[in-house]
Formats: sequence, C-alpha cells, structure tokens
Amino acid sequence: MNLHEYQGKALFAEYNIPVSKGKVVFNAEDIIDVCNEIGGSKWVVKAQVHAGGRGKSGGVELITNPEDGVKFAKKWLGKNLVTYQTDKKGQPVNCILVEECINIAKELYLSAIIDRESQRIVFIGSIEGGVNIEDVAKNMPEKIIYQGFVYKDDSLKENAENIAKVLKLNDQQTIQFISIIDNLLRLFVEKDLSLLEINPLVITENKDLHCLDAKINIDSNALYRQPELLDMRDESQEDPKEAEAAKSDLSYVSLDGNIGCMVNGAGLAMGTMDTIKFFGGNPANFLDVGGTATQERVAKAFKIILDDPDVKVVLVNIFGGIVRCDLIAEGIIAAIKEVEVKIPVVVRLEGNNADIGSKILSKAKIKIESINDLAEAAKKAILLAE
Amino acid sequence: MSILINKDTRVIVQGFTGSQGTLHSKQSMEYGTNIVGGVTPGKGGKQHLGRPVFNSVEDAKSSLDPNASIIFVPARFCKDSILESAEAGIKLIICITEGIPTLDMLEVKKRVDELGVRLIGPNCPGIITPGEAKLGIMPGDIHMPGSIGIISRSGTLTYEAVKQTTDLGFGQSSCVGIGGDPIPGSSFIDMLKLFQDDKQTEAIVMVGEIGGTAEEAAAEYIKNNITKPVISYIAGKTAPSGKRMGHAGAIIAGGKGTADNKIEKLQECGVYVADNLVSIGFKVAEVLG
Repeated sequence: MNLHEYQGKALFAEYNIPVSKGKVVFNAEDIIDVCNEIGGSKWVVKAQVHAGGRGKSGGVELITNPEDGVKFAKKWLGKNLVTYQTDKKGQPVNCILVEECINIAKELYLSAIIDRESQRIVFIGSIEGGVNIEDVAKNMPEKIIYQGFVYKDDSLKENAENIAKVLKLNDQQTIQFISIIDNLLRLFVEKDLSLLEINPLVITENKDLHCLDAKINIDSNALYRQPELLDMRDESQEDPKEAEAAKSDLSYVSLDGNIGCMVNGAGLAMGTMDTIKFFGGNPANFLDVGGTATQERVAKAFKIILDDPDVKVVLVNIFGGIVRCDLIAEGIIAAIKEVEVKIPVVVRLEGNNADIGSKILSKAKIKIESINDLAEAAKKAILLAE
Repeated sequence: MSILINKDTRVIVQGFTGSQGTLHSKQSMEYGTNIVGGVTPGKGGKQHLGRPVFNSVEDAKSSLDPNASIIFVPARFCKDSILESAEAGIKLIICITEGIPTLDMLEVKKRVDELGVRLIGPNCPGIITPGEAKLGIMPGDIHMPGSIGIISRSGTLTYEAVKQTTDLGFGQSSCVGIGGDPIPGSSFIDMLKLFQDDKQTEAIVMVGEIGGTAEEAAAEYIKNNITKPVISYIAGKTAPSGKRMGHAGAIIAGGKGTADNKIEKLQECGVYVADNLVSIGFKVAEVLG
C-alpha cells in the first residue's frame, strides 16, 4: 500500500525527520488561510497522487500569491494528473499539499528498501538528487552507495557515515544525517515499510539537511498491525478492478490482450499468460483464483474478467491438487450459469481426478471447451479470440 | 537417497488441530509420513488424528524427539512459531503459510542462520520425497519415486514439472518448494548443493519466476559447482513492470528481475532452459537422452 506525500511527511514529522511546514487542503479556497497560517511570502503547492514525476507534468508550482494557489487547486482538484510514472489516464487529484518554500543549495537522493540478496534493510544514497535514480544507477553508478543496516545493532553511526561521505556532507550535516538515518530506520521497522524514498533530500541555503519529498510504501502483509496506516489508504489511487479483486482475496492484474485467464496459483497464472503469448495470443489479465477454486470464487473471478470489454474468450487453467478436479468442474459449471457467461470458455483441468472433471464439463448443457493439454487449450483460446 | 526428508523423518505439526493442519496432516499420514504428534497451545494432553498434542514445541521435543516441524499457523503468529521450533532445537522447519510480513522474515532468517536451522518457505507447498514422506500440501499421487530433483518458487508450477516428469517416466528424488516470498528461508543454491550430493538425483529441474536475482545467483553457482544437468523454466515473460504478480516476491522493480534477464544468465551458465511451461518434461528427456 502506498501513502501520499503529505501522509509520509506527517510520519516524518512524528519521527523528528526535518520536513517543511505545510498543510493539505481538499478545497481550493482553503489555500488562502493555509498560506497565511504557514507565513512567509513564497509557497509551494503540490498535487497529491500516488506517482512520481509530478513536477515535470505541471503538478507542482511555486507561488508568491495565495490567489495563484487557489487557481492551481481549481485547475487540478477533481482532475487526473498524467506523469511518466502513471498510465495514459493518470491519477485523480483529490487534495493539494501547501508548503513553505525552502531555498535549495544542493539536491541529494536517499531511499531505503529491504534487499533480498543481502537480507538487510539497505539505504541507497546519491549525490545526484531530484532525478530518476534508475538513470543514475545506469549511467553514473559511482555516484550511488548501497549500505546495509541491521536494526538496533551498534554500527549505525559508522554505516551512516559511509553514506554521508558519498553525499559529501560537512561535519555538521553528517551529525544531522546520522540522526535522520537513525529515525528513518526506526520508522521503517516500526511502521512495516517496504520502501521509503526521499527525492530530493536537500541541503538548504542555511546548509541544513531537509526532506523535500516523501514516498512511502507499506508491506501489505503487515497492515493488520498498522491500523492507523490502513486508515490512510486512498482507494481512488488504486486500479478499481485490482482493488475489487483484492477484496475477494483474488490477485488480479489487468493487461491489454483479449484472452481472459483464470488460474490457480500465482506461478502457474504467469506461466499460463506466457503460454498464450508463446503460441501467438495476448493475455488480458493475470488472475490467481487461489488453491480452493470454489464456485463462489470462480464466479467472482468471471465477473472481474468479463468486466473488461476487450475479453473475447476465457481460458481457465486449474491444477487440481488438494481439491479434486471433479468438484472444481462442478463449481466452474455452476459459476458460468450464475454469471451468465456469454463468450466462449476453454477449461484445462489437470491433476487429481482430471478425467472425471473433463467428463463432467463435456456433459454440461452449456458450451465449454474442455481440453486437458495446456498447449492445445491455449491454441484453442487463441483461435476463439480471433 | 533423497534430500531433507525420508520415511524415517519424525515430524511434528505446528497448528496441528486447526483446519489446514488437520486436513494436510491427515493426507500426509495417509501418504506414509511419520507424523509423531503436534503442537497447539492450550490443547496439550489431548489426542488428534491418533497422535498426541502438546502446548509447546519444547514439550513435544522432549517427549517425541522429532527432527522436523511443519507449520500451518496464521501469518501473524508464524514468526513466533518458527523461532519457537528453532530455539527448541528442531533442525528442519517447513513453513507453508503465506502472507508473513517481510520484516518478520528478516528477523527469522537471521536467527535460523545463527542456529544452523534449515527453514523451507514460507509461502510454499513444502517438501516431498515420493514414496516415503510428504511434508506439505502437494497432491501426493502425481509424484513417482525417481531421478529428478525439483526446486521451485511456486506451488502449482512445481506440480506441472512433477506431472510432466512422472508422465515421461523419470519420477522425482525429492521436490522442494522454496516459496514465493522476497526473503525465503532457503534459496535455490541451498537446494542445488543438496541435490548435487544426492546419489539418487540425476538431473535437477529449477522453476523460477520474475522478481529478485535468486535465479541469476543460482546460475552463477551452477556454472562453478554443479556437475549434474540443470533444466530450468522461468515464469513471467509477459508480466508488466512494477506490478506484484500474486506472490509477494514476484515483481519487476527498477528494471530488475525480468524473465529475459534470468533466462539469458541461465543459458550463459550452461543451464538448459525450457522455452515454455508445457515443455519442461520434454527438455528433461532431451537432456537425459
């Protein structure tokens, strides 16, 4: 689950990590009061969406008059912001963050992830901030440092200093930096983050370190113990079909082909998509219906798949393990009737009682193509989709 | 021979009396697995499926002297359950449960490594040595004792590889699902080592998927250390970047972890890569002649 910048910065503030004075608004008119409350004569207004690249797309503006902030908000609130990180539709803007303006001397980069290889929380620092870090990694790898950390061990200071050196911080800034890393690491662990990115981390004209952005992802497996973060969820930023599927405990990712896929198991679901592609077709989605594949779940999965108008045929691929294929076949037939599926359905059953399952499918009064060989089933689906 | 488990392995089940624990323990016992008892806090002293139940792993350990534990408890309790077993001196732990917070696994992995405990999973189908013992949720009847060692990050994809190698008459020495999480207890490399030393295993099938660099690391290891033929299949060629494909670990991030990268690296290191899910078995046949 992702957080908005304003929510991330509220967490930063809670952990004594330096961020700008600011406030989020949901109504354009409120900007005048907020500017007055913040004080000063220059402010930054930032459209809040779950995507980077906002600045280049007009989603961030520097204003010297609160009225301009109102104009900015009226332009964006209720609209979609398209950046290089979003799809063609963009992400809806529901609120605007208003902040004091910070004068920048230098932009740096700092992020943290859980690194699979070293099995540590790794901080990534670069002296090149405010740009796409993947480009830096590719073109100037010497300007990036990866430093592993173990929570609560005694090498924090030394490890933080390793990064500070690459960022060319002075003594005063290095002291600030150690404290920032200490607090970020605590935040990372206590709030179950999976990613944290500050791009840019800046050195201000007063030579202090300051976080100008905050991107935070939370481990969805840990949300049960982070109720206050779960409350921050903004469903408007999520793909509505993926969110709907998640509510039924189905994993769904939409793709741009025309062959709907319903598979048990994530690996097999990917393998099925690949098989369709291998034989020249185009999968419309990834969908893992789960190990049990009951009528209820299959029906729900059909509804989600058929909601995509491009889908011309559905390929169901189930490897019956613990649940026998004859039971799964009955569930599929009942679900097709329940959802009133009108397009062709190809079913491949394999595993426990697959033969009995296929017989049940072929005898059904509705039209189902029952093919036990996956390659043949995929070819049939491709033919029917043409 | 086989790896990790055989008919003599003495197994306890954590989460023994729950619905998942009961269902799969029953099937494992029918398969011939030597399940000696189980643990469910608060139900110690009772009998379940004809086996004794204990309140803690420590109690079960001192009464039954088990050498493996399989875990079916809900995700939020898994960290404690794995650590409880590891601290009690169980040297092989299999965790089936999906959805454990990644930071829990960081802590668990560090501790099991310190204690020299072999952890398989989480988020995996478990291990089977065909004809001897089944510690997992896989359907037993698709397996056949034989010569192929199978290692996989995915459950149902493992079953595909098993079915294909059974249908072609090879059978399996042992099959291990290492799981689909970002921080697994055991890696491909850990299992490759064991299969290399196992006399029964003639070839190894390694089923990988997008996300992370475990397959690339395994490829490098195979080049330098494995003399047996390795056949691989990688799922997720068509997966889009930045989207989690079901498994927590299956995500292409920052251009890293693509299927194409992995396949290229594997081929470079002398691994036989099946270009399609349906041709894993044929590839094995081709390689073994």
